[in-house]
Amino acid sequence: MSRDTEKRSGIVEVSGKTIVPERDKDRPLVLEAMHLGIDFGGLTAVDEFNIGVGATEIMGLIGPNGAGKTTVFNLLTKVYQPTRGTILLNGKDTQGMTPASVNEAGIARTFQNIRLFDKLTVEENVKIGLHNHIGYGMFTGMFRLPKYFKEEKKAHEKALELLDIFDMAGEADVRADSLPYGAQRRLEIVRALATGPKILLLDEPAAGMNPSETEELMKNIEKIRDRFGIAVMLIEHDMKLVMGICETIAVLNFGKIIAKGTPSEIQNDPGVIEAYLGTKKEG
Amino acid sequence: MLTYLINGISLGSVYAIIALGYTMVYGIAKMLNFAHGDVIMVGGYAAYCAMAYLGWPPAAAVVFSIAVCTMLGIVIERLAYKPLREATSLAVLITAIGVSYFLQNAALLIWSSNPKIFPNIFASMPPLKIGDAQISAVTIVTICANIIIMIALTLFTGKTKMGKAMRAVSEDKGAATLMGINVNFTISMTFAIGSGLAAIAGVLLCTAYPNLVPTTGAMPGIKAFVAAVFGGIGSIPGAMIGGILLGVIEIVARALVPAVPSDIFVFAVLIIVLLIKPDGLLGRKISEKV
Repeated sequence: MSRDTEKRSGIVEVSGKTIVPERDKDRPLVLEAMHLGIDFGGLTAVDEFNIGVGATEIMGLIGPNGAGKTTVFNLLTKVYQPTRGTILLNGKDTQGMTPASVNEAGIARTFQNIRLFDKLTVEENVKIGLHNHIGYGMFTGMFRLPKYFKEEKKAHEKALELLDIFDMAGEADVRADSLPYGAQRRLEIVRALATGPKILLLDEPAAGMNPSETEELMKNIEKIRDRFGIAVMLIEHDMKLVMGICETIAVLNFGKIIAKGTPSEIQNDPGVIEAYLGTKKEG
Repeated sequence: MLTYLINGISLGSVYAIIALGYTMVYGIAKMLNFAHGDVIMVGGYAAYCAMAYLGWPPAAAVVFSIAVCTMLGIVIERLAYKPLREATSLAVLITAIGVSYFLQNAALLIWSSNPKIFPNIFASMPPLKIGDAQISAVTIVTICANIIIMIALTLFTGKTKMGKAMRAVSEDKGAATLMGINVNFTISMTFAIGSGLAAIAGVLLCTAYPNLVPTTGAMPGIKAFVAAVFGGIGSIPGAMIGGILLGVIEIVARALVPAVPSDIFVFAVLIIVLLIKPDGLLGRKISEKV
């Protein structure tokens, strides 16, 4: 069946082809995955995953449930070690990196099911994101040397500045678990941004949001891209959001990319339509 | 009665300092480090050796003892527990008991079973008199040390980046590591701090009860564990309150019913807490989502 899909797909040449927005043409790719794959026991969850993300591109990763989208995020962030393939971040191989070091190198993410530090305040959550940018050591912290106060003040200001992007500075001292759902999703994005990424991976950022919240989220994602000059890759089922802000879209089905292209290309791709809606039986 | 109460608070302060080590390690690494009590014993011996063999002044001996235990804590975590990070909690628990026996027997080999008499490092300080009650210097120092440690630790976990990282790791290791936090380093530091506190507890304990033997740490270690459970394991103020209450219960019980060994009351507390409020005094009730 999958071979059939490839034959009928309009944009089959997905493997080598990299489409980036016009403005990123002259800049190196921020993220490249080549022949990426992972097996769980005998099951191949993701295979031959090839993408290239432009420096300030917003890319969507879509596909039916269980297609392996979150697995791709877990591979990119090294939660899973890939069985095959290479991931280049700014041209540098991430082989052997841990989730923590790959984050320091420039990949930050949010989670499908929100994973905030519930017992910490909103500001503290953001400061966890800032952890590697706060420049004092254990000793300075314990003995509260002048540098401690200087650096903590800087971190405080930075945290508020980031929260302000999402109009959340007023809730800085609230415990994270007392925030409403939509705000928790926003806080996850702020926390990820605080780590200073070059590419931000958003796993279903609009899940559970109402249309007006989604609208606002779309504006904010574009705002983040413009203000920080970073790339965004997002998994989302809300097609209005995906088609509205993504410049390129990759479609995943059964762990493989079945199509890649601009939103309009994807919308008219027979392989994609088949993956989502199934085939019409002949006769 | 006032004397009993103050002595109880003093003994309880030692339990509290030990319980802090238990509770911090449990909160962050989600494991019960039953070797923690024996780190106290090593702390006592380290201070003893520095004073008796090297002739160091007490203050230097205490610093030396803290340094030794901090290193010991890091080494124990690195060699015994880190390889088991993904193992079942039972495997880690049994390993911890193994480390405990290892430390006791190593101490037995090095220092033999003959008790060492720990010098009173506060001998120069006069006891305090309140009415007709007389409070020894070690009692006062213990209580003060406890208060200072409590304040310092609260500030550390609440206000510094390492403290925040610890709280983040204790909540969600996976999310913390994806935010760029080095989880292994954070766990190491937790063991370092817990073990450093154990050294302080060791010195205070040996000053109050000067017979130093390889099993010195075992009983206080277990009682501190009871204190940590009593207060709500994983909670820093809980360890403090649990420790002090347990110390007071033990001393008062010893005074009121001298015929019955006071340890019975201590462990009765554990049983009652587990029956009535298994989360401990300040423990958070964890409701399972279905």
